[in-house]
Amino acid sequence: MKKKRNVKEMVEKLLAGDRRTAARLITLVENEMEEQHEVMKEIYPHTGQAMILGITGAGGAGKSTLTDHLIKNFREQGKTVGVAVVDPSSPFSGGAFLGDRIRLQKHFLDDGVYIRSMASRGHLGGLSRATYDVIRIMEAMGMDVVIVETLGAGQDEIDIIHIANTCLLVATPGMGDDIQAMKAGIMEIADIIVLNKADLDGADKSLRHLQGALSIVCPEEGKWMPKIVPTVSVASKPVDLKGIDELVAAISEHQEYLQESRAIDQVKFERTEQELGLIFKDELQKLIFKGLRGTGKKRKYINSIIEGRDDPYSVVEEVLEKYLVTK
Amino acid sequence: MAKKRNIKVLVSKVGLDGHARGAKVVSSLLKEAGMEVIYLGMFHMPENIVKAAMDEDVDVIGLSYLSGEHLIFTPKIVEEMRKHKLDDVLLIAGGTFPAEDIPTMEEMGIDKIFRAGSLTDDFVQYIKDNVKKR
Repeated sequence: MKKKRNVKEMVEKLLAGDRRTAARLITLVENEMEEQHEVMKEIYPHTGQAMILGITGAGGAGKSTLTDHLIKNFREQGKTVGVAVVDPSSPFSGGAFLGDRIRLQKHFLDDGVYIRSMASRGHLGGLSRATYDVIRIMEAMGMDVVIVETLGAGQDEIDIIHIANTCLLVATPGMGDDIQAMKAGIMEIADIIVLNKADLDGADKSLRHLQGALSIVCPEEGKWMPKIVPTVSVASKPVDLKGIDELVAAISEHQEYLQESRAIDQVKFERTEQELGLIFKDELQKLIFKGLRGTGKKRKYINSIIEGRDDPYSVVEEVLEKYLVTK
Repeated sequence: MAKKRNIKVLVSKVGLDGHARGAKVVSSLLKEAGMEVIYLGMFHMPENIVKAAMDEDVDVIGLSYLSGEHLIFTPKIVEEMRKHKLDDVLLIAGGTFPAEDIPTMEEMGIDKIFRAGSLTDDFVQYIKDNVKKR
């Protein structure tokens, strides 16, 4: 017989900062085990205080090496740091190759740092479905800063904006001109654009393209104007590293802006709205499929759509009317 | 409704061993078999490996040996695992080392050894069958 986990006891241990328990709870929410709701209900009151930093950008741009530097910096400020790094799941096997820890190995033995690698498990948007809950768990275990690193993002994986207080977009030279930089989507969500590998050929040109694209935007008065910070996050000699302190300063500046302008309220509102919508969507889908289970109707609906007798919109309307609205 | 648990495997090289090809190949095969692999890379000490395994809540630790340090590091890793009470984590090792060392390594606490030349199906099946129930 399966042993029922003692949720209250686990959450108490988590609040005391027990990493083994944190690790177990993250697995529990990732796998959507039956105790997930109970766990999150217990944890929720102990969350909301951490600074959440999002890092996104294309694969290979330098997100993890920058994360490494940022962890070091926050640790020097005496802050504890939780790190959630997402890499993609295979659409074929469901497996994943999670390689972000390689760049973060300096911090493995630091008890003030908790790193967790996560596979996206088919969730679109650059994060995994469990990321919201994992951030909460890290907050509850007492992390002052939670860094969330997305998988290698293209133009539209922008879920991070709904999670982070401050969003960094990591770009590199040679990724296109100002036209690319002016496009909607990922270019718009950055509070700070990091031009990494700024020692490569073409970096000056890339910097001008980014500056050019930003100069066209006219922000409302008092609103944050995205900053561009050129960095070199890998060098054989530490003296050749560039821009890390400037990046940390830009992050602090954005945090101050959020607090002073009360823009943080809007960030929190939108984040909660998004989270609520996501949970509703998941739970409704589960509820409906649960209701259809054993009736053979799901199969019938699917087949009727394939055979052209019906379409998905009519099916959804029918099901919703029958099983939810009239209830 | 609980979903099926994805098997999580941590794969690491140990000590001053710079031969990562095998570990990469195995990681890739495990990914193709539907597992989530945390690839740790090279030059890790036992403390690093076990702490990462604990934080990542993995089901399996896979060690890759080539440089002849397998008898030195294995007991240290087993000791670290005991210290952190990772008694429900499967410990497997692979790579290139003398066949006559296998009984010693098993005695030291490795659950299963797959030396160079092992077949994919064998180690994938072994993991699937032996991942410890939680």
